[in-house]
Amino acid sequence: MSDQDQGDDGDIPMMQKLLDNPFLLLFIGVASPAVLYLGWGLMEIVTIPAR
Amino acid sequence: MMVNNSFRTCPDTGLKFFSSAENLIKANAVAGVVFLLIGGMFGLLVGLTRWQAVHLLGAEDFYMVLTAHGLNVLIFWMIFFEIAILYFCSSVLLGCRLATPRWAWVGFGLMVIGAVMNNVIVLQGNSSVMMTSYVPLEAHPLFYLSLILFAVGALIGSFVFFGTLVVAKAEKTYEGSVPLVTFGAITAAIIAVFTIVSGAIVLIPTLLWSVGLVGEIDVLAYRMIWWAFGHSSQQINVAAHVSVWYAIIAILFGAKPLSEKVSRTAFLMYILFLQLASVHHLLVDPGLSSNFKMFNTSYAMYLAVMASMVHGLTVPGSMEAAQRARGHNAGLFTWLRKAPWGNPAFSGMFISLVGFGFLGGITGVVMGAEQINILIHNTLYVPGHFHATVVLGSTLAFMALAYWLVPVLFRRELIWKGLAKWQPYVFGLGMTGVSLFLMGAGTLGVPRRHWDIGFAGTGGITHEFPAAAYTMLALNGMSVILAVAGGAAFCLIMVGTILFGKKLGNDEPMAEPCIVAPVTDEEYAANGGSAFAIPGTIVLALVFFVSFALYYFINWKYLAETWGIG
Ligand code: HEM
Ligand SMILES: [Cu+2]
Repeated sequence: MSDQDQGDDGDIPMMQKLLDNPFLLLFIGVASPAVLYLGWGLMEIVTIPAR
Repeated sequence: MMVNNSFRTCPDTGLKFFSSAENLIKANAVAGVVFLLIGGMFGLLVGLTRWQAVHLLGAEDFYMVLTAHGLNVLIFWMIFFEIAILYFCSSVLLGCRLATPRWAWVGFGLMVIGAVMNNVIVLQGNSSVMMTSYVPLEAHPLFYLSLILFAVGALIGSFVFFGTLVVAKAEKTYEGSVPLVTFGAITAAIIAVFTIVSGAIVLIPTLLWSVGLVGEIDVLAYRMIWWAFGHSSQQINVAAHVSVWYAIIAILFGAKPLSEKVSRTAFLMYILFLQLASVHHLLVDPGLSSNFKMFNTSYAMYLAVMASMVHGLTVPGSMEAAQRARGHNAGLFTWLRKAPWGNPAFSGMFISLVGFGFLGGITGVVMGAEQINILIHNTLYVPGHFHATVVLGSTLAFMALAYWLVPVLFRRELIWKGLAKWQPYVFGLGMTGVSLFLMGAGTLGVPRRHWDIGFAGTGGITHEFPAAAYTMLALNGMSVILAVAGGAAFCLIMVGTILFGKKLGNDEPMAEPCIVAPVTDEEYAANGGSAFAIPGTIVLALVFFVSFALYYFINWKYLAETWGIG
């Protein structure tokens, strides 16, 4: 892997490309709990019937 | 802006220390230790108050001190030290200058102001809202402001870390992928960003509410968003201490991870799932559906737990493989017996690994299951559990790293080596006691955050806890003293080393070498070559799984007995 940091990364596996991209990981790491936890949780709280 | 590119090459480790990064690492690490010392002393007062026969503080002081304890250790100590780790894992491990050191100093300044201001406000006595500051409990507005300042500072630190990754890549200071330890730090920093943003979302409106600009804060929504902050911040700790484990086995044994791919994938699972487990704090909250609770705490959380078990297997496994390659190949456990048990960097790390896995991990899974959570919800079992994770696990791992890092950074010999040798055992034993006895008391129903379970002066309340509960609290009190002695010893050794440790000349190496050359492929090959030749670790893992399964089922049995039928 060390001999291919020339920008020609045709044969680097998908998964490694993901792991080598901190900003993509940052996006996933913030977006997924924002949707599955904060978003879903808020949805449930605002749809509690008002008695 | 002037870029300061001066660096030194460490004669002991060969690492490049850029002066811009080096000073920031020092400042953050020292600030962390100071707040650990302060927070630990508050912990002593809390423990001695809950020991019913001693019952040190009055009610008002108790809740004030408990608030100060939680914030100083959980937030200030942990996050200062983590910022030091982030700068180390980026600038030092990648061998490049720190991006925007001035911003890093601004961040540090905000964190110091926030932490000091918070202590001043809490100790004035009208902000005893505990670290969770659940509304409608109301603290002084500066309480919220101080936490916001601290969080903004930490966010700046996280972005300086990401910026440094960009610098390293642009200046080509490394080839291929970043080292595994840096990858773990990236995981921690990503979780930190989500944590801090959630903290801002919840604390800014609360600040406005406390000054009267916002009419009401929804109690459920507050709890939900607060735990995105409160729980995720614990996961920064986990990602950081796992990185520290990998760093220490690389430093002390020259160990290579059994599989880079597996370890990185496990970190990716942290990024994806760890933060969702925040729901385990809301398991008895009304208004949230079981779908929401179960999806997040079972399906998602178990994937994160699996990732921790992967690390729990590969860290000792990599160490075993390296030790075997270096000739400690006899029997099942020679590799472990021949480890440097007198070196606090090792003993601290290993106690952290075992304590985090056996005590913290197993109890965490039990508490995270909606049904059996109810057995111990809001009892002292909860602090019992998290003193195993964040103290025995994270704090002890950070202490272990500090034993290695502080002499290297400050170019001074460690002082009081005899005491240092014992410190992880004393602290580890004390904390194991604190964890177990708090859990014991919790199992007997003793509530957490409770000044007096004898209900003196309450008039009407007559509930009686079993005598064993009082014994548990007394045993906890004794363990607290041991733990605080161990914790204080650490702080003194660190401060003492920085101030009085024998100074080393510019190119003078330390008396004892502090890093082991990486095990080569030939050495691994001579040991059979298989990364899976780790029978000792496999046995340890089996012991772990048996304990795990037993304890899990025992709790279901307790649950079955809670409400008798007939
Ligand atoms: C140095 C020795 C320490 C001792 C003796 C100690 C002891 C205690 C005790 C007895 C409690 C009381 C629980 C209750 O009444 O509800 C407590 C709470 C707590 N401790 Fe510690 N602890 C120590 C270190 C730490 C560290 C290093 C951390 C985090 C890194 C930590 C985090 C907490 C938190 C978050 C709480 C809960 C506060 C709350 O309920 O608001 N402790 N501790
Ligand atoms: Cu949690």
